[in-house]
Formats: sequence, C-alpha cells, structure tokens
Amino acid sequence: MRKHALLLYAFAYLAFLYVPVLVLPIFSFNDSQFIAFPLTGFTTRWYAALGADSAMLHALVNSLKVGTATALLSTLLGLLAARAVTRYRLRGTGAALGFISLPLFIPDIVLGISLLLLLGVAGLPLSLGAVVLGHLLVCVPFALTVLIARFEGFDRDLEEASADLGENGWMTFWRVTFPLILPGILASLLLAFITSFDEFLVAYFLSGTEPTLPVYIWGQLRFPERLPVVLALGAIILTTSIALVALAEYVRNLGVKRPMVGA
Amino acid sequence: MAEKGRNQGAENGYLLLAPTLLVMGLALAAPLALVAIYSLKTQSGIGLSDGWTLARYGEVLGRASYQVLFWRSLAVSGAVTLVTLVLAYPMAYFVAFRARRAKFLWLIALTIPFWTSYLLRVFSWKIILGFDGLINSGLMRLGLIDHPLTFLLYNPFAVVVTLAHAWAAFAILPIYVSLEKIDRALLEAATDLGDGPLRRFLRVTLPLSMPGVIGAAILIFVPTTGDYVTPTLVGGPAGSMIANMIEVQFGRIGNWPLGSALALVSMVAVAMVAGSFVLLARWAAAQVR
Repeated sequence: MRKHALLLYAFAYLAFLYVPVLVLPIFSFNDSQFIAFPLTGFTTRWYAALGADSAMLHALVNSLKVGTATALLSTLLGLLAARAVTRYRLRGTGAALGFISLPLFIPDIVLGISLLLLLGVAGLPLSLGAVVLGHLLVCVPFALTVLIARFEGFDRDLEEASADLGENGWMTFWRVTFPLILPGILASLLLAFITSFDEFLVAYFLSGTEPTLPVYIWGQLRFPERLPVVLALGAIILTTSIALVALAEYVRNLGVKRPMVGA
Repeated sequence: MAEKGRNQGAENGYLLLAPTLLVMGLALAAPLALVAIYSLKTQSGIGLSDGWTLARYGEVLGRASYQVLFWRSLAVSGAVTLVTLVLAYPMAYFVAFRARRAKFLWLIALTIPFWTSYLLRVFSWKIILGFDGLINSGLMRLGLIDHPLTFLLYNPFAVVVTLAHAWAAFAILPIYVSLEKIDRALLEAATDLGDGPLRRFLRVTLPLSMPGVIGAAILIFVPTTGDYVTPTLVGGPAGSMIANMIEVQFGRIGNWPLGSALALVSMVAVAMVAGSFVLLARWAAAQVR
C-alpha cells in the first residue's frame, strides 16, 4: 500500500514538472492569439512567423557566438586547472578550487552588476565579449567539476607506461591522456554551451545593443501578440536542448564500462 | 621516474593553474572589489563625488521599504527552499529505493524539463496562473467557477510555486545521491533490531541523507534570494524582491553606489542565514544520531 502511494506521488510530481514545459509546444501549434483553453485548431503559422523574424535570428546568431566562445574558453581553463590539481600536489589547492567555485554561491544579479561596474571603470563598451567574460564565471566551475572527475577516473599507470616506453611528456599527453579525457572535454563543451545559451541576467546587463536570445525573448514577453511566436521558439529550444543533452550523456559515457548515473 | 616528476613539477602545476585564477580574478575578484568601493561613494550626476561615506549603508538599512524587500526575499527564498525540499525528498527516495531497474530512466525523465529556457519555464507559470490563464480558462470551461480566480498570480505564492518548479532538479539530485550512498546493511540492521519502517526512516535514513538535504538547501536558497526573473514576471508589486530594487538602481534610477550597497548587504545577509542554517542543521543531525 505504502509502495503504491509512493509510486503515485512520483507520477504526480513528474506531472508537476512537465505541465509548464509542455505548455510551450502545445500552444505553439494552437491556432489562436490567446493562450487559453479550449484549443482552437492546429497551425504552423507561428513557426513560419519565427523563421521570418530577422531580429530573432540576429539574437540567435549572437547567442551561438557567445555560447561557442564560452564553451571553448571555459573548457580550456577548466582543463588546465583540472590537470594542475589532479596531476600535482599543490599547496593551496583547496583555496583555489573554492575561489573558482565561488560564483555558484553568488546571485547572478551581483555577477552582472559587478561586471557592469568593471566595464564602466575600465571605459570599455558593453559587448558580447563582456557577456562571454560573465558566462565564464558561471561555466568554469561546471567545466572544472566535470573534468576533475574525468582526470581522477583514469589509470595513472597508462601515462607512466607511455613515459617508460620512451614518449616525452607532450607526446604522452596527446597520445594517451587526451584520448582518455576526450569524453569529459566534449561533455564540458556541451554543458558550458547550453548554460551560456540559456543565461539571461548577466547578458541583460552586459549585452548592450547586441541582445542574446534570452535577452531578445525577454523583450518580446511584453507584447501579448508576440506570445505564440515566443512559445514556438521555446518549443524549438526544448527539442534542441534535449537532443544536445542526450548527446552529451552518450559522449560522457563513451568508454566507461560501469554505469554512471546522474550529473 | 613518475614520482620524481610529480614532486619536481610544483612550478608547472602553479603555471597550469595560473590562467584560470587570473581570469577569475579579473572577472570576479576585481568587480566585487569595485562593488565594495562604489558602495562607499555618492552618486553625482553621471559620475561619483569625491570622498568616502557610509551614507548608502544608512539608507539601505534604515529605509523601511528596503527592509520589507530584504525580509520578503529571505522569507520567499526560505519558503521556496522548504517547499522544494519537501516535495523533492519523496521523489528522490522513490528513485533511490523503489525504482530498481528503471532508476536511470527516472533520473533522465526528472531532468529533461530543466533543459528548456529558464525564462520560458518561468513565463509558462504566468500563462498557467494568469487572469486569462490556463487554470482559469480551464475551470471556467468546465463550469467549476464563474469568475477567474485572482489569487493565483502576482503575489509571493506565485513566486514560491514557480521557483519550487524551476529549482526542483537542484533538490532531487543531491538528495538522491546521498540516499544512494547509504549502506543498505544499516537499514537491515535497524529492522533486525526491531525498528519499524517509520522509526527506521527517522533514525537511520533521514539523518544519513542530511548532507544531501543541506547541500540542496544551500544550492537553492542562495541563488533564489537574488532571483530577478521570477518576481518580475509572476510576483507583481506584492511579490517583488531585492533583485528588482538592485536592477532599478543600476538601470532607470542610475544610483550605482546605492545599488552596490544593496547588493553587498543582501549577499552578506544571505551568507549569514545560509551559514547559520548549515551549523544548525549539522548540530541537529548530531543530536538525532
């Protein structure tokens, strides 16, 4: 009896999680300006309107640029730091890791306004580059966590064997270490990209005249007549994200024999 | 050979660590130091006047309207944290102890909703709870109500529901991990020694899962106190929070020193509440054990 109650609860909770998300695709195909029951009919015109929206496409390109730069840079920085703390026994490692993880404990609004102040004092304009700097704060801690786990997961003996067989340090890294941690690198790239692509508040303060996609969406939410189009955009983002996350999960588990569950 | 390399390479290690620390120093430490400096200044036109002052802190701590916002932010986030944890715990428990082979499937199913745009997930609640929204139009269609319910949107309640949804994964996953780590032999031992299911849960399972619960509480409480999107979209004037006031100071009003002081005071307040919560929770867990 208790068992069934828990199962029932699990499905109810799942419904609570999914209903607000399913609203997006359902009403993006509804043939009405108004987001309300009853549904009035099937249409794809909101998607057509979306494709013709050049401002949206411009914001999308901006977000792709920022996401790509953030993913590459945060993975590179995470890679160097993860290598440092797993390969060497350094004094102050704990403090360094704590400092790098600090942005996780600071509200986004504070990160946003503090970088705004930095740009102001340095006399630099608001730009997509500034947004990338802000997104690095959020993404480097994630990248570092993923990569440290990957570095700790592999057998150090393989590197030593390579060295004993006469490879120098650089060749050992490229031929042994890099292939082994490649899944971690790809997962870090994808997670950082998705995080950056979805980030709103920091970009809101720093993007200036070049909106990212979330900043553009934010602007659209004020216009009721634009809502169905925004929902169509949300449905596309949802579908793409699920595909990317599935890909990341698949890549992360490549070559790992034991089942790795969760984040 | 390898040992020698490991000991000799300390400089190499610091060299590898340097770029990351440099970037974080530039993008995190320097800007936060500027926030602290600005909070001690006075806005004068579009610049700052010379000299240092604590007057901004006087304004932040003294004005009643700010105090209301601070207390509401802490109270709403506290409620969000509590509601999210209470709702997520049975779910995590189910996945850890009951889902068996379907475990992985459940974890995937539970995380998928969080890969939509955060903005649109929050906005979706505005559509659901609104005056012309899905709940109201649905209930009226069914003939259950004659007039739209107005208590659903634009209040702290809507903020709590929306955030409890938006942050659910941050509760489910840590609690699940800590439940998963519990040695099943301990549960059997408790049963063998005569504990019923409830007693066993309260004396063994719950205390041992506390690290996950405390971790989740911090992960949710700290960022939600500074959330801007949710109070703006579904909070209305009665549900607006401290981040809204910070945004106004940096945006429309253009009083950066006051905004900086508001940001610093709220960060310190959140850190103090979160810190005392962790100490209290640890102490309580030790008492139960």
